[in-house]
Amino acid sequence: MIYADNAATTGMTPHAVDAMVPFLAEQYGNPSSLYSFGQESKEALEDARARIAACLGADPREITFTSGGSEADNQAIVTGAAIGARKGKKHIISTAFEHHAVLHTLKALEKEGYEVTLLDVHKNGVVTPEQVAEAIREDTCLVTIMYANNEIGTIQPIKEIGAVCREKGVLFHTDAVQAAGHVHIDVKDQNIDMLSLSAHKFHGPRGIGVLYAKRGIMLRNLIYGGAQERGKRAGTENVAAIMGMAAALEESCSNIDVNAKHMTAMRDRLIEGLDKIPYAELNGDRERRLPGNVNFCFEGIEGESLLLLLDDKGICASSGSACTSGSLDPSHVLLAIGRPHEVAHGSLRLTIGEDITEDQIDYMIGAVDEVVTYLRNMSPFWRDLTVGKRVHMFAE
Amino acid sequence: MALYSEVVMDHFRNPRNVGVIEDADGIGEAGNPICGDIMKIYLKIDDGIVTDVKFETFGCGSAIASSSMATEMIKGKPLADALQLTNKGVTEALEGLPAHKLHCSVLAEEAIKMAVKDYYDKNGIPYDKSDFPEPEEASCPHSSPNA
Repeated sequence: MIYADNAATTGMTPHAVDAMVPFLAEQYGNPSSLYSFGQESKEALEDARARIAACLGADPREITFTSGGSEADNQAIVTGAAIGARKGKKHIISTAFEHHAVLHTLKALEKEGYEVTLLDVHKNGVVTPEQVAEAIREDTCLVTIMYANNEIGTIQPIKEIGAVCREKGVLFHTDAVQAAGHVHIDVKDQNIDMLSLSAHKFHGPRGIGVLYAKRGIMLRNLIYGGAQERGKRAGTENVAAIMGMAAALEESCSNIDVNAKHMTAMRDRLIEGLDKIPYAELNGDRERRLPGNVNFCFEGIEGESLLLLLDDKGICASSGSACTSGSLDPSHVLLAIGRPHEVAHGSLRLTIGEDITEDQIDYMIGAVDEVVTYLRNMSPFWRDLTVGKRVHMFAE
Repeated sequence: MALYSEVVMDHFRNPRNVGVIEDADGIGEAGNPICGDIMKIYLKIDDGIVTDVKFETFGCGSAIASSSMATEMIKGKPLADALQLTNKGVTEALEGLPAHKLHCSVLAEEAIKMAVKDYYDKNGIPYDKSDFPEPEEASCPHSSPNA
């Protein structure tokens, strides 16, 4: 099996698993308990917090543990909104291709009277700091823009956007779920006020994440209860998962350069190979993208059939077609970069891992080529394109 | 993958009757590319019997499986039987489809009806127009955004 869906989730490394195991059965003391058995857990927890903070260039007090990226996104956005509302500012800026954890939180805020501006992400899937500067108004309380897109992998100019927000005195949150552990992040240097990350995207466990919030930002609770996380996130801490996350993040961050070098080379080989398939186009900027992300649209075919046949060939991949998303429309990300519906249905995302080999890349190129050709040969849509009854959208 | 029944996966992996009939007596098409599925049916009709049938499909796994099953169900049958084919019958033969994929079996029924209508039109055979309702193309009905 070739697992090429690392943007969906990743397998844990032995190092991360080893870090968790003692906290599952042996060292299970509650960090809130007074006795030393509990306080040992507390010490481990705070050590993990400090190590995670160090990976991000943050202070440990700025790290709040959450159940994952979605919770961190929700909490960051409602926090920014609540702080704004106290000053009568109820305008939020984001982009059209954010993760639904961001977009649906913004939708909910719109119902509460907030106004949301979604910036255009252009054909290449990149927003500019100038767009942000132009969109900021007197009543803007929050800018939330993802670090790297989950479908097409495009990396945003975060430091520059952060600088614009600082200058205008607007809070800046970034959903860094796809970026953390894969690109260098320094919240201070990059002018980031709030940042979300999720452990299972960098070989940590599922169900645990972080919200970084710059000192002075009073987080708004999503979950009320005990005094865990300085009272800002109730519930007994998942110490084992937190230990696994800290180990995974440290491991990823200390290997970013060597991993990125290998994955970028493999990614480019995959892009070059798939680009040779006629009437196929890469989605998202060719250069400004995550080292592991490849996303193509193929004319004349539908993504779910493609995924099922690739699965038969032992390849785990994903698509932005409506049939795979379970919704009426194909991927909002592909529509946001201007892909028409009929092309967006034929999309394929391959997100490779650090251990990918050249042979696996070549196997995937061959398999995709074969399956695309097979499906096109039974597609009346493709026939119409080849006989000129419909017009090709891509160059051959 | 547990998404589909074994029958669906069999017809998806080994679709029956894929292709084109160059001298088809009736051709029918349903669906559109914006919705992500198109089904095209080619019929060869001899003495009121569907002597051959081929299909081409652009769509998801269940669309391809539905086309394959539907063509198997009408092959060698009298036209009257082909017209009796319902999406429910196709779905049952496939041992079920996920709720948001039922539309694929509707497309198969529609495409076959369109092909029969085409045959009637080409040969000046009178028919009751109400038996061949125009397929809706205003929206993509195959799944619900709230599903």
